[in-house]
Amino acid sequence: MRCDGMNDAMHELPVTENILEIALRHASEAGASRVTDIHLVVGELSSIVDDSVQFYWDMISEGTIAAGAALHFTRLALTLHCLNCDHHYAPSGEDFACPQCSSERVEIEQGEEFYLESVEIERE
Amino acid sequence: MTERIPIVENIMNANDRLAQDNRERLDEAGVFSINLMASPGAGKTSLIEGTLTALRGKMRIGVIDGDVATSIDADRAAAAGATAVQINTGGQCHLDATQLRGALNELDLNQLDLLIVENVGNLICPAGFKIGMHKSVLIASVPEGDDKPYKYPGMYHGVEALVINKIDLLPYVTFDMDYFRRGVELLNQNLITFPISCTTGEGMDDWIKWLSDQVAKAGG
Repeated sequence: MRCDGMNDAMHELPVTENILEIALRHASEAGASRVTDIHLVVGELSSIVDDSVQFYWDMISEGTIAAGAALHFTRLALTLHCLNCDHHYAPSGEDFACPQCSSERVEIEQGEEFYLESVEIERE
Repeated sequence: MTERIPIVENIMNANDRLAQDNRERLDEAGVFSINLMASPGAGKTSLIEGTLTALRGKMRIGVIDGDVATSIDADRAAAAGATAVQINTGGQCHLDATQLRGALNELDLNQLDLLIVENVGNLICPAGFKIGMHKSVLIASVPEGDDKPYKYPGMYHGVEALVINKIDLLPYVTFDMDYFRRGVELLNQNLITFPISCTTGEGMDDWIKWLSDQVAKAGG
């Protein structure tokens, strides 16, 4: 798929295909007749646009047992951990340094996630 | 009546597993590999050409080049002495593990010491797709500006080596080197930085030495 600019969906079609594959695989293992809800967890740094995923989802889930399933997005905020003083914080603004001790020895604790947390199914 | 089934599976799982396979193939063959990423025009191909010239006769080097179209970059790499493979993505803005696997199939890894993957010129997308190389190397160039690590944290996180190219232009553009480096170092502990000019050759020795050390460790 083409990346034409900053505002276009970058990878939402292939990632939506991945979501469908994972959901259908687990639903099939569970003997489901229908998937009604999909719960996704997306970190703040993940460049995934919810509306674009929804757009592709509506197209590619048609004809599968997940057709019409509602997508739920839980966004995880960016949090950092200071390796110097053990402080955990959400950075404000562009400076990621520790607000407590000013150390630059920090690591990303949360914010890069992108996983399918659970699905809701019906069984006949 | 609906039932909730816990899954907790990464959406990128399939790609990541393939990336791991790619890595294992390289490890088995004793090849050290880098994933070179940057905006278009930052100097990926120039750095590859300079590297090939400096290491000619000393090391067997393969280059996998990813571009939307043409074989311009693979041709340049081959002319400079590499065994080169071109991947044309046909519109995709980054390389993924599946494409890498295909390209690895076209190389005899037992005949290589170093593999350089030149990713598609793009500051955002490649970071989201593991391909299995040993080190991620980002090239930033001075004219791009010093605020990019702050504006693109997703891309700048996970970088293991940073090349700052076009340092010969520092007298002519506004670029605060300390501000820039701080932005990248905040996101990457243990980052190694190489200020370089591919045009003048300044800084290339340290880069070549680092590469040579990594290859020696991988090949034994």
